[in-house]
Amino acid sequence: MKGWIVQHAQAMGFTLRRLVRAPVASLLNILVMGIALSLPAGAYVLLENLQALSGQVNSAPQVSLFLALDAARSDVEKTEARLKSHPEVKRYRFVPRDQALADLKRNAGLADVVESLKQNPLPDAFVVDARSGAADALERLSRELRQWPKVEHVQLDTAWARRLDALLQLGRLAVLALATLLAFTLVAVTFNTIRLQVLTQRDEIEVAKLIGATDGFIRRPFLYFGALQGLAGGIAAWVVIGAFLALLNGPLSELSQLYAASLYLRHLPLQDSLSLLGFSAWLGWLGAWLSVSKHLQQVNPA
Amino acid sequence: MISFSQVNKRYPGGFEALKNISFSVERGEMVFITGHSGAGKSTLLKLIPAIERPTSGSLLVSGQNVGAMRPGAVPYLRRNFGLVFQDHKLLFDRSVFDNVMLPLAIGGFETREAARRARAALDKVGLLEKERAYPITLSGGEQQRLCIARAVVSRPSILIADEPTGNLDSAYASEIMDIFRAFNQVGVTVLIATHDEAVLERMKPRVIRLARGALLP
Repeated sequence: MKGWIVQHAQAMGFTLRRLVRAPVASLLNILVMGIALSLPAGAYVLLENLQALSGQVNSAPQVSLFLALDAARSDVEKTEARLKSHPEVKRYRFVPRDQALADLKRNAGLADVVESLKQNPLPDAFVVDARSGAADALERLSRELRQWPKVEHVQLDTAWARRLDALLQLGRLAVLALATLLAFTLVAVTFNTIRLQVLTQRDEIEVAKLIGATDGFIRRPFLYFGALQGLAGGIAAWVVIGAFLALLNGPLSELSQLYAASLYLRHLPLQDSLSLLGFSAWLGWLGAWLSVSKHLQQVNPA
Repeated sequence: MISFSQVNKRYPGGFEALKNISFSVERGEMVFITGHSGAGKSTLLKLIPAIERPTSGSLLVSGQNVGAMRPGAVPYLRRNFGLVFQDHKLLFDRSVFDNVMLPLAIGGFETREAARRARAALDKVGLLEKERAYPITLSGGEQQRLCIARAVVSRPSILIADEPTGNLDSAYASEIMDIFRAFNQVGVTVLIATHDEAVLERMKPRVIRLARGALLP
């Protein structure tokens, strides 16, 4: 057990020295990997931010039900009773027309326009949360509500949110495809680096084999090297994305001030960051493993 | 300890390097293998640590059949041997001390114990004061002694040397041979291939003679 730890520690130390001994080559490799990884990871970050934004706007299954302008108090009560007993309705909120007008006045700087109106043009309304978010269930519900007396208009609020969701889904697929392609790049870069290392360390490998080194022992520093380089590439990607977001967030905050909203692009959360680093380290390891397994056979002492 | 029985070795291309070789070496023996260049001395020695495999016949080392050994077991077999090469096979990108540390790293020794052993091995071959030097700065005789230090540092039970004095003048050569004899005297089995008849005259050891791949009586 102790010998095992010592061997791994030695391999690690050896690997670090090897990285440091060729700083320019290592740095370039790490940059290539970082940039390759930052493309899909950066796109993922943007998608996540869009997703969060659409979540803020509310993508719960909601239906707005507007009564006719001439609906009486009794009509409102009747509709409310029917909603209460409807099995598909989870929750509803009544918005009286006076309150809707007051909201409008307060909200969007339309006070002048509203003041100029002779009468309230807004109807009474219900905001209905459906029990099921499924598209066809919502469609059925809204069609049914439309048949009720004194109901002027029924609107599915979630239509655009679902459209956005579908777009995001497509974007995610694109990111996945891009990530897969660029993962190959990372493996290929490592493969080539390790191939060169195996060739330049031919003598060393040969001697080690002659004095009883197992393939595992010989492979170990190369695997560490690949994983370490991959990890560094992941860190580089993380930093590149961070810099990119910092660059975007400046103008974005100015823009969002103009719209009186707060828009801010967030970096990857901790768990996703760790996944990124773990994945890039694994890819480096994989590239090194493929390379060293292939090229070690060519170095045979004679 | 080592026993050849009807061993043949044919290289790809048809060259027959060894023909029907049978002999055995007991534990603690010191055996010289002689013959002209191309007689098969190197091939014979390479069979023992499974660097080359026999084409037919059986080769037993400590009861294990080396000829049929699977590749995964070979590294562990090799750890029983100390190998000394005519061309030394030293690593020139690391110090004398680190060269000697290599077999111990492979064996998984704890660093302090390994350093102690490495210094003891360097002391035995008289290179202790050069532990920080790089092999390129050593003379031919010193490089050969360093190779011996690396071979014995993990305390193998069998030392195998292929032309250890091939490139050395006679003063260095007898120095090297004295080192081998010292190891033999503490119980290490030693096999040395050489074409240096002067050494044989002086030491009068057991000699196995090869000519064109076959044993001479």
